[in-house]
Amino acid sequence: METLTFQFAAAEPGRGRTVVGCVSSGDLEVLIEPGTAGSLQIQVVTSVNGSGARWAQLFQRLFEGRQWPAVNIDIHDFGATPGVVRLRLEQGFEEIAP
Amino acid sequence: MTDIQRLLQSRSFVELGARQRARAVLDPGSFRELLGPFDRLMSPWLPRQGIVPQADDGVVIAKGRLNGRHTVLAAIEGGFQGGSMGEVGGAKIAGALELAIEDNRNGTPTSAVLLLETGGVRLQEANLGLAAIAEIQAAIVALRSYQPVIGLIAGAVGCFGGMSIAAGLCSHLLVTREARLGLNGPQVIEQEAGIGEYDAKDRPFIWSLTGGEQRHASGLVDGYVADDVDAIRQQLLQLLDTPATDRASRHAWFLERLSRLGDDCPQLDAAAVRTLYQGETQ
Amino acid sequence: MNRASNWLPGLAGGQALPGYPASLQVIDGELDNRLARFIAVVPDAHNPFPRARAGEVGLLEGWGLAKAVSEAVEADRHGEKRAIVAVIDVPSQAYGRREEALGIHQALAGAVQAYARARLAGHPVIGLLVGKAMSGAFLAHGYQAQRLIALDDAGVMVHAMGKAAAARITLRSVEALEALAAEVPPMAYDLDSYASLGLLWRRLGVDNAETPSADDLARVRTCLADAVRDIGSSTDLSSRLTGENRRASREVREHLRRQWQGA
Repeated sequence: METLTFQFAAAEPGRGRTVVGCVSSGDLEVLIEPGTAGSLQIQVVTSVNGSGARWAQLFQRLFEGRQWPAVNIDIHDFGATPGVVRLRLEQGFEEIAP
Repeated sequence: MTDIQRLLQSRSFVELGARQRARAVLDPGSFRELLGPFDRLMSPWLPRQGIVPQADDGVVIAKGRLNGRHTVLAAIEGGFQGGSMGEVGGAKIAGALELAIEDNRNGTPTSAVLLLETGGVRLQEANLGLAAIAEIQAAIVALRSYQPVIGLIAGAVGCFGGMSIAAGLCSHLLVTREARLGLNGPQVIEQEAGIGEYDAKDRPFIWSLTGGEQRHASGLVDGYVADDVDAIRQQLLQLLDTPATDRASRHAWFLERLSRLGDDCPQLDAAAVRTLYQGETQ
Repeated sequence: MNRASNWLPGLAGGQALPGYPASLQVIDGELDNRLARFIAVVPDAHNPFPRARAGEVGLLEGWGLAKAVSEAVEADRHGEKRAIVAVIDVPSQAYGRREEALGIHQALAGAVQAYARARLAGHPVIGLLVGKAMSGAFLAHGYQAQRLIALDDAGVMVHAMGKAAAARITLRSVEALEALAAEVPPMAYDLDSYASLGLLWRRLGVDNAETPSADDLARVRTCLADAVRDIGSSTDLSSRLTGENRRASREVREHLRRQWQGA
């Protein structure tokens, strides 16, 4: 198990909060709640050691170069594939969309 | 409506997560979660063992209404660590039931619904899980003297270990065909007693003895319902107004039935159990 | 060898009552000048259920405990509530096909409910741990007591699963399991770790935990009488929540209470 943190530029704080997914095999839990203006913070606790580069790549593709709301994202991962991670994040952002 | 139409319109309950199940059971709009995931009261013991925790420790507690009546609901998430009971999740259930007991004592009738999807004690928190289950059991017995405590086992995990005993304490127990109810999990029995006694890989055999249909046919649960959100809610509402069977107090009846099996009890199949447990006062 | 059967006659001092399965010994004695029912689950080589012959709590034991306890409650309905003492050396629940088929979970629920209702009716209920107190067997026989007393002895063990089985289920070696357990108090098998959870009211040193001396019996009886007085009129399990390694159990309840009113 390891804990990773990431940060990206963002716009104004998002509204609302949500939780999607579950810490079960091949899945993950994503908690999204309002953060501080200008910053999107992510903390990942994952069962897969040595996966930092993979997470960094995935988040860069998703969060760089676009104006996301400033949110804090908490991830508890139980070996989800990048596809499942993207799906859960999209699902979460959809739920807090204005 | 034809069977096919009914099938197309039905919504599976088993496929829902614990939080969605809780919302589906309570009156629309009445769901209020307590100690939700954003309170982040997580297991202090799992990370120490290199295991990723879940923000709600796999238990959803909600206050709400059931047919307008005050109700506290606890839903176990079977997907997280097999629905196992650790210190935090166990304390959430016990603590919520204890508060419901207080409300009843203070003149606010409050019933309880338990959505049971659990393998029992979480071995990584062994003795604290066991202690919490004893407290959940104590609270069910105390709360039942005021208002109904209804247990629902929907599947797919089923209900095992100390929590199967808790299920046996409920005023009413409702199961689906996907449910299993038993004290010991198949693997544990096979390991302890040998494959001749219990073949954990023989699924039809295991379901024939511990599946929802068999438990209902042998009088060990009160209701048997299709895996459908609306049907399950309707059955729960009905049970709320049905007098409790108080199965756990029928020691005289069960001892008499067991004595019919003689001094050296043979192995029994599902049909033999149904026959033995047929008859009045069940 | 079963420790409960060694302790029971000396502690209770009377004759075993008829009408129970042979694996159940029930004796009415006295404690602190009040009637007391002492109950033990013991091995029965001729148990009709072969998976319950070594002192395990099975179908007959669960329903038998329910009978022994609820009959005492019924008998004392209008009088002084006798003390109920569970003398505990239970290696496990019974693991077997007959047991699952016939609903062992319901038999154990019968026992749990009887003990819990006795407590709620005002009976002082005490669990005396003289040997093993394992998993479902302990839930059914003793864990509903207002006070738990353990002999301070290496043979006294409380756990959710035996070491060998727990190692197999969690895919670890017994050595790895022991190493882990040493760092995680709720997983440990020793009495010090268990005591740190705050679930025990007293630990009591004796000369011989297997076969008690007259002194040992007197010491334990004094402790049991103290427990009856300490219980007073309390009918719940709230005294168990103060342990140093049970912080989260308290925190959860405090937070729940705060959110409960507003919800």
